[in-house]
Amino acid sequence: MTAPTRKQQADPLAGVALDVDALIDNPSTAIVVCCGSGGVGKTTTAAALGLRAAERGRKVVVLTIDPARRLAQSMGLTELDNTPRVVKSVSGPGELQAMMLDMKRTFDEVVLAHADPERARQIMENPFYQSLSSGFAGTQEYMAMEKLGQLQATGTWDLIVVDTPPSRSALDFLDAPNRLGSFLDGKLIRVLMAPAKVGGRSAMKFLNVGMNMFTGVLGKILGANVLQDVSTFVAAMDSMFGGFRERADRTYQLLQAPGTAFLVVAAPERDALREAAYFVDRLETDRMPLAGLVLNRVHRTGAPQLTAERALAAAETLEQGDADAETDGGAGGSATAQESQGSQGSQASEGSQASEVLAAGLLRLHADRVRTITHERRMRDRFVSIYPDVPLVEVPALAGDVHDLEGLREIGERLAAG
Amino acid sequence: MPDWEGVRLHVVSGKGGTGKTTVAAALAMALAADGKRTLLIEVEERQGIAELFGISALPYEERRVASVGPGALGRSGTRGSTGKAGREGEVFALAIDIEQALLEYLEMFYKLGRAGKALRKVGFIDFATTIAPGLRDVLLTGKACEAVRRKGPDGKRHYDAVVMDAPPTGRISRFLNINTEVAGLARFGPIFTQSQAVMRVIRSPETAVHLVTLLEEMPVQETVDGVAELRSAGLPVGGVFVNMVRPPLLDEAAILASDGDHREELGLALADAGVGGRPRGGAGRSVPAATRKLVEPLLAQGREHAARVLLEREQRSDVQALKLPTYELPLLSGGVDLGGLYRLAAALKEEGAA
Repeated sequence: MTAPTRKQQADPLAGVALDVDALIDNPSTAIVVCCGSGGVGKTTTAAALGLRAAERGRKVVVLTIDPARRLAQSMGLTELDNTPRVVKSVSGPGELQAMMLDMKRTFDEVVLAHADPERARQIMENPFYQSLSSGFAGTQEYMAMEKLGQLQATGTWDLIVVDTPPSRSALDFLDAPNRLGSFLDGKLIRVLMAPAKVGGRSAMKFLNVGMNMFTGVLGKILGANVLQDVSTFVAAMDSMFGGFRERADRTYQLLQAPGTAFLVVAAPERDALREAAYFVDRLETDRMPLAGLVLNRVHRTGAPQLTAERALAAAETLEQGDADAETDGGAGGSATAQESQGSQGSQASEGSQASEVLAAGLLRLHADRVRTITHERRMRDRFVSIYPDVPLVEVPALAGDVHDLEGLREIGERLAAG
Repeated sequence: MPDWEGVRLHVVSGKGGTGKTTVAAALAMALAADGKRTLLIEVEERQGIAELFGISALPYEERRVASVGPGALGRSGTRGSTGKAGREGEVFALAIDIEQALLEYLEMFYKLGRAGKALRKVGFIDFATTIAPGLRDVLLTGKACEAVRRKGPDGKRHYDAVVMDAPPTGRISRFLNINTEVAGLARFGPIFTQSQAVMRVIRSPETAVHLVTLLEEMPVQETVDGVAELRSAGLPVGGVFVNMVRPPLLDEAAILASDGDHREELGLALADAGVGGRPRGGAGRSVPAATRKLVEPLLAQGREHAARVLLEREQRSDVQALKLPTYELPLLSGGVDLGGLYRLAAALKEEGAA
């Protein structure tokens, strides 16, 4: 949805540049979803984008899933209370709020919204509900999307930036709404609830032999009490099933809507980029609007003209020189010669020797840096040659972690500068 | 003696992106040295092991993925005492498929025969693992425990060690604490019995839960939190594996020096070494312009490096404060391939992890 700007046509691997500022400044951008594999700086990217958008005048809320403590603190989030909180010290005309997702509470909210208080209480006390709301593998993903829907429905913000859960696989959060939705109104569960609804015997008549065996096995391996819990849960939830399904569909449509932009976040490493490629494919299959790829933690050098080979050769020359000097000093000269040279000379040579050691070290460091850059470039180029149309921005690596808004601001600047 | 003598089940967890799978694989290889047989188990249905070893996707069966010849990991411990010296160690791998594991399990208890296939068709498997999230974990850990306890015809253990590439730190306690997970579910029946048996293995001295970290703030913080969580859950904490450790390229003096103002001397030294052109000799030597241009970027890289070394030092001391056996694995530039795995395995062996 951004207007991609071609940096240069000549190099087929140059790719299309992702203009982050154009994306967040565009008033029709209403939702930005940051996705990608674990450990690539997804949450940090989401937070930095949110801050930058706010400082450029938008009214933003950032929904984080499981932020590292430091990152949460950097935005002034100290408790997981499922409510957006204003982030202080944001400069500029906009406003930033941030929140951490509490999946159990979000699930409770859904139940409360759809059931009368008495029924809601029944549902929430059900042991099966408790394990579903806090333990089910897809619940976090589902609730993240549910929360997104809620935030959007309030109309309080003009930009929502969402972080996605660190899933087992990239598929999870796109599939979760559907999976939980279809699970909750699925055929199987309806069969199960039949006994509770109509009362044992008569309902059993309607079950074919296969289903009989099915519930039998299920009861045996899980214990009959589980089935009981599930069927009372399902009975209590009955009125809500339509709601769940509908909500899941709505969230899915929201993700496909033109105001939504997906940013795939990756690091210039094989695994992370493979996962990113997978995401890009998946988003395309599901017709989800992909804005581009954010390549985090990319290394740069201020001295690209010096190759790794030449730097290493020079480092060796310097170290060789050092070794020679040491041998000379050790074997060389009588006591008188050393005395006659005096302290002045030895000091000078000490100084130049120290700078030679430093120079050699810096050269080795540079060679290492250049090799890292070469490797990262190869990884990046591979991605670009497969996905030449995916806009891409490289974010230079920060020396340390983010501790405060200043750090987030710095990342935001790097995101925009590319 | 290796640090984990007597441990049969190594559970490897860590923050996402720290290289759990790599460390688990290297550990399985290190443990297979000296003619041992180990099993590497993957539980997240991601085919990370196949990717790492550069082979096609693993089916749900134990496959040999690597052999560790005598001396392949260096000389330590290959001679004499064990009597197994000179024998080839073997690493097997298993990617657990949850559906098949459940069917296998049902088969074991109920002799379902073809009915099993029918169950799969009606979506039973999906359903069962969905309504009972604990079931999934019981099946996964149960499979690992079965491999640990399995005995050959000679009455000896089939595998000398089993290494599990486990879920990340955030989920590990829950994943291993089967008892509490299924507590709300079955209170009797085979799942209950099974989970009791699994818990006995997991809480025994035969199990160790290792955490993988990097020398960065977030992973270290997560490791510290993870250790506390494992301890409070009564799970056996193993060692900390610090992955992707970069070699210190500048010595202490150079790090300090890169802070001071040495531009001129540095420029001369660089010019002397032939970087960017030769200095004009004689007493009033000056640095060629091409060399001069390099000084500032190189110093900047030096300062960045120094800052990172200091940060890493802090992180390392936080790891050490945990007072757990700690192992460091070098960063392999260009990613990890099979050759790299051998190098990492050798490093682990050298450090006493196996």
